[in-house]
Amino acid sequence: MFKKLIQSVKATMGIYEAQEDGVYGLLAEFPNPGVLISAARKVHSSGFRHFDTHSPFPIHGMDRAMGLGQSKVGYITLIGSATGLGLATWMQWWTSAVDYPLNISGKPFFAIEPSIPIMFELTVLFSALFAVGGMLVLNGLPRPYNPLFYSRGFSRTSDDAFFLHIAASDPNFDLDQTESLLQEAGAKTVEVIHDHGYSELHTA
Amino acid sequence: MSASTDKTVTLPAEPPLVTGNLGFHDITQLVSYHTEKRPPSVWYMAIAVSSTLLCVLLLMIAYLVWNGIGVWGNNNPVGWGWPIVNFVFWVGIGHAGTLISAILFLFRQQWRTAINRSAEAMTLFAVICALLFPTIHVGRIWVIYWTLPLPNQMEMWPQFKSPLLWDVFAVSVYFMVSLIFWYVGLVPDLATLRDRARNAFRRRILGFFSLGWTGANRHWRNYEKTYLLLAALATPLVLSVHSVVSFDFAVSIIPGWHTTIFPPYFVAGAIFSGFAMVMTLLILARKIYGIQNIITMDHLEKMAIIILLTGSMVGFAYITEFFIAWYSQVEYEQYAFLNRATGPYAWAYWTMMSCNLLFPQFFWIKRLRRSIPFLFLTSIVVNIGMWFERFVITVTSLHRDFLPSSWDYFNPTIVDVLTLVGSFGLFMALFLIFLRYLPMVAIAEVKMVLPESDPHYYDQHESGSETN
Repeated sequence: MFKKLIQSVKATMGIYEAQEDGVYGLLAEFPNPGVLISAARKVHSSGFRHFDTHSPFPIHGMDRAMGLGQSKVGYITLIGSATGLGLATWMQWWTSAVDYPLNISGKPFFAIEPSIPIMFELTVLFSALFAVGGMLVLNGLPRPYNPLFYSRGFSRTSDDAFFLHIAASDPNFDLDQTESLLQEAGAKTVEVIHDHGYSELHTA
Repeated sequence: MSASTDKTVTLPAEPPLVTGNLGFHDITQLVSYHTEKRPPSVWYMAIAVSSTLLCVLLLMIAYLVWNGIGVWGNNNPVGWGWPIVNFVFWVGIGHAGTLISAILFLFRQQWRTAINRSAEAMTLFAVICALLFPTIHVGRIWVIYWTLPLPNQMEMWPQFKSPLLWDVFAVSVYFMVSLIFWYVGLVPDLATLRDRARNAFRRRILGFFSLGWTGANRHWRNYEKTYLLLAALATPLVLSVHSVVSFDFAVSIIPGWHTTIFPPYFVAGAIFSGFAMVMTLLILARKIYGIQNIITMDHLEKMAIIILLTGSMVGFAYITEFFIAWYSQVEYEQYAFLNRATGPYAWAYWTMMSCNLLFPQFFWIKRLRRSIPFLFLTSIVVNIGMWFERFVITVTSLHRDFLPSSWDYFNPTIVDVLTLVGSFGLFMALFLIFLRYLPMVAIAEVKMVLPESDPHYYDQHESGSETN
């Protein structure tokens, strides 16, 4: 039960379980972003959920094609903003009005006006840290090990290649049927990815 | 099909952001291979000069720490001399990077993709130089941590009502947020370098810093949101940093400093000088690294227009200060400004005026905006002018204080001069190391502005998908 929960959380980050025989999924290369987006649409409408597209840059409209909603980074950032603002207010009030009150030119020990710059700065700092931290957590990064790195062609995904990966952990996954689905969608090559350090290439 | 063709015809023809008909792979290759091959010999010459200057800086700092800040020209009545001038100068330079990376991003100015990486790097290095000056200016550098709210044996806390402490927070938060923003932008490009790496050690290092990035769309989704949020956070931050720097002056009651115009005027000046510095660096870098198709003439022209705009804003502020001094009917305020323009520092004042207000006006002429030698010359002139602006503000307001018997003329020492020159060595050395080891153009972002990155491009160019 608990293991299932962890697996589903990891799946939202794009980290999937390999099958018992070591099959991690199918990796298909597509010729361009246009074909990739229609393939993603097709894979999503065929009921797949454990799949992802890989491209050298974000592709406009891909989130909708894959059936993904809004990113949740914004909420995490808001928590960071509140933390930073709260911390700055508390710190300035506690240090100068409670712990060691010092009379400076007869000014109040604590007032909002002179506290604003530091309240602002710490709000921005904590928001930025939470935004990036939240992004890394939601993405499951850093992830030094990824079975997709076993694929020889996959290194071009950061250059000029466009891939679609369907994970074997998806309930609809079937090695032969899923492969023909990808071929129909216009894949140039489809590759079986194993989690044991080797891959096989099926050229279309 | 015919409907979509009609639509493209009615669109206004915008000049392409990337020229030379480059594809995705060409961009990867053009940018990455500079980090993979031996640098050109110009690079070695430049790093030799900058590291020599850097050594001069280190020697000067050692000399200063050993002897105390009496080795500088700072004295009564000018207690804030070159170190503060240099601090404001360097922190201002940094602002252009954040403007390009954050504000132009929010305004969807896609031309920024070609220059944002190097401009952000420049921001970081300029802020490092800026942070150096107040740090060594405190005199007892070994207790610099007193500026931070750390529990200590004296059971005392920093004075949060002081603009100087706001400055500590503003500039260090600015540095940290700029660093985060820059690194987040770098991750996909570091993955590109990792995937191209032939040698296992290089792949390890890049693999570590690229965090296992695979360009997954689930990742891009959160990544793009984060980038947008960071841009939205950095935008008010950059405006606040120079505002807080200007509070160091404006919150005091010194005539010439005590003006409410300072925050917007400082921010405009910062962007002005920063764009000039970006221009100086990029004119050289694009030529030496042969990336004129990515950083095109149009990019330089757009920067020239921003220099013209911000230069005119700064000039307008100079004139407004005079008007307000007259209009306020405050005798001391009026004297401070008359003394600036006609007193012993008139030479500095008119240098500032001609470099910052008059010289950029040549950019009304399109031919000059597109002339590389003229752009280069102006970028240098503007930075000289902006250094003098900070000199004029700091020194002329102090050198004749309320007590005429203490009036004096400020003279810098050789240590002042060599520290400033040395800080350029630090800046240039860091920038050269950046050019050598990191992609100087945001590869993934430049690919995004190619028409081929739009999936709808292939609706009209179906033949393209078949031949591929």
